[in-house]
Amino acid sequence: MVTTEVKAREGRRTRRGGNARGAPSRWIAPVVTIVVVIALWQLVVVAFGIPNYVIASPVDVGRELVASWDMLMANLWPTALETVLGFLLGNVVAILIAVVFVHWKTAERSLFPLVIFVRTVPIVAVAPILVVIFGTGYLPKILVAALISFFPTLVNMVRGLEAVQRQTMELLRVLSATRRETFFKVRLYTSLPYLFSSLKISATSSVIGAVVGEWVGAQEGLGYLIIQSTFNFNVPLLYATMVVTSVFATLFFLLIGFVESRVVTWAPKTEF
Amino acid sequence: MTVAASTRADPDQADIVLDDLELTFETDRGRLTALQGVTTSVASRGFVTIIGPSGCGKSTLLRVIADLLEPTAGSVSVLGVDPEEVRRARQIGFVFQDAALLDWRTALDNVKLPLEVGGGVPAGTEPADPVAMLELVGLGGRAQAYPHELSGGMRQRVSIARALVCNPRILLMDEPFGALDEITRDKLNTELLRVWQDTGTTIVFVTHSIPEAVYLSQKVIVMSANPGRVREVVDIDLPFPRPADIRESQRFATIAAHLRGLLEG
Repeated sequence: MVTTEVKAREGRRTRRGGNARGAPSRWIAPVVTIVVVIALWQLVVVAFGIPNYVIASPVDVGRELVASWDMLMANLWPTALETVLGFLLGNVVAILIAVVFVHWKTAERSLFPLVIFVRTVPIVAVAPILVVIFGTGYLPKILVAALISFFPTLVNMVRGLEAVQRQTMELLRVLSATRRETFFKVRLYTSLPYLFSSLKISATSSVIGAVVGEWVGAQEGLGYLIIQSTFNFNVPLLYATMVVTSVFATLFFLLIGFVESRVVTWAPKTEF
Repeated sequence: MTVAASTRADPDQADIVLDDLELTFETDRGRLTALQGVTTSVASRGFVTIIGPSGCGKSTLLRVIADLLEPTAGSVSVLGVDPEEVRRARQIGFVFQDAALLDWRTALDNVKLPLEVGGGVPAGTEPADPVAMLELVGLGGRAQAYPHELSGGMRQRVSIARALVCNPRILLMDEPFGALDEITRDKLNTELLRVWQDTGTTIVFVTHSIPEAVYLSQKVIVMSANPGRVREVVDIDLPFPRPADIRESQRFATIAAHLRGLLEG
């Protein structure tokens, strides 16, 4: 296993060599777009004289980011903690249930409709219920983040574990492979690209889960800060909180993407 | 050219004996008879090709021999015993149309797969050296390559090496070169005959290419569809070893024309 991964990385390096030359042009376009959008935003706010309690200009937001940095960071940690723990909880449970479903069809058939039904309940409606049950501590936020991570991973993981080609399954049968061998040597690997595509989705959505959980009832966290700054018409702080939240979500997403590139070394490279 | 349809061969000399085999599938649109009254045999160390139109049950037949499907009626005997026993004893190698390689394993690690699962090679039998198997199929230099780094022909070579690594007495091949271009296919045909001669394995090869069937085999089983049954068994009396240009010979053309007539008629 370990040697396989090392070899995989070697193979990858040679492939990347070709990509490296094309890389700058790939990054320039989106960066230019972002700069232009921010410049336009500043221009509109200044040109129309929009007060900063309605729309904050990029400069205001930048100033607020610097001024309130310590407070923003102090509120980032609880949200980050809830996000990561919720992400782990939701995904681990989803993966385990997917493994059960794949090996026990009756469970899948009887529980999957329920899963689909629960999935249709909007997360903003579930959050207050969890806060009522579990109070205003970390737990309900972790659970909201877990819940929001759970469904895409369950669905994708089941699909991934079952995505083994028919001829590969026949090969395993010819080789008299056990279910355990089939799982650990084939199904698990086959599922990884599917798993990571849902992990990347839930990396960003678990941040949403934690923030929504904090909206309902919290004394700290980015969600709490959003609610507070809205009530106080502190629009620059609201925007600054939004920036911190999305930067955090993006970093979390990129981290998962990085882990994917280290683990799934054999699949065609995916753009994100 | 001897016509020997529905001849019952002596089980002592045959590796595979099929007797009045029938297989029906239950589908949404009722019963489907994939195989009916199939009686034939494959001699030890023989090279037999099964040819026929789509839906004639040739792949199904191969899967019955490999213990991937169970016949509804009739009997199958492989190496004198039940196919399941032969499968468990690792005496069957199977090559699929799609190479069915594991993308996350190198060529060499793919070849090693049979040694790692299903209890590996049974006691008393000697597995082949995976590296030597890759060399046998001409891929000694690409042992560390991943499937996505290999061409379709190379992937199929790896899958042949994998099928041979347990030193099986029987090699079943289900249109293994069907997805390849003609030049690659001809080349692999030549190499397959060499591998067959080197290993002494009994080969049953499914194809829908007439030239491929004529070039490779000692005996061609021609099947017809709906229901799938043996139409005729044609002996190919071309001498071995067969050079590539045997395909241009008159004898080759005559046999091919005969097969074509059977398939169209």
